[in-house]
Amino acid sequence: MDEIFGIPAPLLFGQLLLGLINGAFYALLSLGLAVIFGMLNVINFAHGAQFMMGAFAAWMLLEYAGLNYWWALLLAPLLVGAFGVILERTMIARLYKLDHLYGLLLTFGLGLIIEGVFRNQYGSSGLPYRIPPQLSGAWDLGFMFMPVYRGWVVAVAAVMCLATWLVIEKTKIGSYLRASTENAALVQAFGINVPRLMTLTYGAGVALAAFAGVLAAPIYSVNPQMGSNLIIIVFAVVVIGGMGSILGSVITGFGLGIIEGLTKVFYPEASSTVIFVVMAIVLLARPAGLFGRA
Amino acid sequence: MTLQRRTLLSAAAAAPLAGALSHKARAQANTIKIGVLTDMSGPYRDLAGPGSLKAVQMAVQESGIGQRGVTVEIVSADHQNRPDVGSTIARQWFDRDGVDVIVDVPTSSVALAVNGIVREKNKVYLNSGAGSADLTGSACSPNTIHWPYDTWMLANSTGGAMVRSGGDSWFFITADYAFGHALERDTSEFVRGAGGRVLGSVRTPFPGTTDFSSFLLQAQASRAKVIGLANAGADTINTIKQAAEFGITRGGTKLAGLLVFISDIHSLGLQTAQGLVLTETYYWDLNDKTRGVSTRMALPGGAKPTMVQAGCYSAALHYLKAVADMGVAAAKASGTETVNKMKAMPTEDDAFGTGSIRADGRKIHPSFLFEVKKPGESSNPWDYYKLVSTTPADQAFRPLAQGGCSLVR
Repeated sequence: MDEIFGIPAPLLFGQLLLGLINGAFYALLSLGLAVIFGMLNVINFAHGAQFMMGAFAAWMLLEYAGLNYWWALLLAPLLVGAFGVILERTMIARLYKLDHLYGLLLTFGLGLIIEGVFRNQYGSSGLPYRIPPQLSGAWDLGFMFMPVYRGWVVAVAAVMCLATWLVIEKTKIGSYLRASTENAALVQAFGINVPRLMTLTYGAGVALAAFAGVLAAPIYSVNPQMGSNLIIIVFAVVVIGGMGSILGSVITGFGLGIIEGLTKVFYPEASSTVIFVVMAIVLLARPAGLFGRA
Repeated sequence: MTLQRRTLLSAAAAAPLAGALSHKARAQANTIKIGVLTDMSGPYRDLAGPGSLKAVQMAVQESGIGQRGVTVEIVSADHQNRPDVGSTIARQWFDRDGVDVIVDVPTSSVALAVNGIVREKNKVYLNSGAGSADLTGSACSPNTIHWPYDTWMLANSTGGAMVRSGGDSWFFITADYAFGHALERDTSEFVRGAGGRVLGSVRTPFPGTTDFSSFLLQAQASRAKVIGLANAGADTINTIKQAAEFGITRGGTKLAGLLVFISDIHSLGLQTAQGLVLTETYYWDLNDKTRGVSTRMALPGGAKPTMVQAGCYSAALHYLKAVADMGVAAAKASGTETVNKMKAMPTEDDAFGTGSIRADGRKIHPSFLFEVKKPGESSNPWDYYKLVSTTPADQAFRPLAQGGCSLVR
């Protein structure tokens, strides 16, 4: 059997693929964070809780309304996104003129409250959510068994990232958004409703988190902590990619997933810290992040 | 004259105060304070947490100690699975709040820290939630009793059963902290002792690992017949779920869940968990008495008690019997004496039946090997286990001489 750095090649390929799959989640989540930060200048610490709400929404739709995974994929982001819109209108919008820190503290508190409410209601060990029958099973790739569902996650995440990038960079509404980030007063003077644009942006960012939550529900245990486990890593991804850079967060998300996957083979004990080591190195060399503008 | 009046006034003002003080002192002298230190917000919340608190409350009620004029106060706190947080709370409880006994403490790293503090302060520690067998081995203490289960017992029962059924080569997926290490060590000894081989292991960061697929593939690549899961709670749930997804068991590889609680099975669902072999010392549906415990405990949502919660109930009940026997003053004065008293009395309760406590602090009772039912075999909610075999009390736990406990001579 061929070996690379003392590791059998098939095992290494398998790990690279797995890294890519985890990277898909990082990319989707950091994308939402980057969109919100780029447009609203709010560091959304409730993102992990909103990811978790997406997974729970999928479970509730199945349990209480009998709606399957495909409906959940459509409805859960809408429901949680609407919840985000309410949060933005009633609370977050009041903080735009203040320092970043206020938005951070508010969303951090909101995240804790949301998690606490779900924990009280559903406990901490999680709820079962099955892989949809159309996507169950696995492909035999020779070097590993590749579950169909994981392949689906990577494909959908990549499409979603691309679509978001296209909307922001290539459409009219995206250009309004970018313009109002640069100079909100001027854009408003042209007759564009900037506060509504901000609200919709926050709602869309939250919906992205919920979408990732639905994707995660069949793989991970659906429990209240599932977001807080991921969110710190995702923040590191955003910082490495450059705060607010959409392309940066997507590429870094996938890239760091792979680096983490490789660490799990060579030195598993460090797999939860390797991303922060990378973050420290990147911040020392390029304080604005890999794709950020200083 | 003025002076006299002032003296009189201040004396009058002080009188009720002095009365209140002595009353309070009297009340404290006749009050036992139990501290339930547990995981209220993390991965072990459902298997311990608020249920452990409820179990202790039930024990206090059923002990009937109130009728003897003894008041029992219960306080609880969340140690967040962090040894530093747990140690701070334990010290505050002893130094400031007058707590006499700490119950539960899941997460072995926290339990080992608390174990040291309790010994230093000469209080009582009734461990139910943590698994490391070191608590009655190298780290044993005259102030500690280890109640429902430990890593050696799990290795002996689940590990032994797997090896006997042909699983003679193992690979471990181990949570990287005291409990995981102890469980891997104890199970490895068992496997080797039975003529099997350990092909390798991988240490996964705890807490904070959610994706185990990478570790599962490494385990699969080792071509071991059995993948031993030396982890617990949400980690075990995620590992089993992802093993099914990646078809790990397709090629005949078996999963050994070395510590699986009924709350984990509930979370996995029978579809995913069916056929899993596991060991517990309490299951709600064993007999009328165990069913009675779960009915009386009445956990929210119809949940059934885990062996950790049942252990909290049983331990607190036995402790209060000892207190009633030796008197509150003597029990408060010395934790060691209280534990000695508990060791001298046979244990008896509805959750674990009759049993005893050994010199090293090990509570002794039978252990049960269960198999998780198929969805079709389960007739009502929480009807999850089939009893495979029972290990009698005298063989279920590590022999007294092998633990290396300094209390044993």
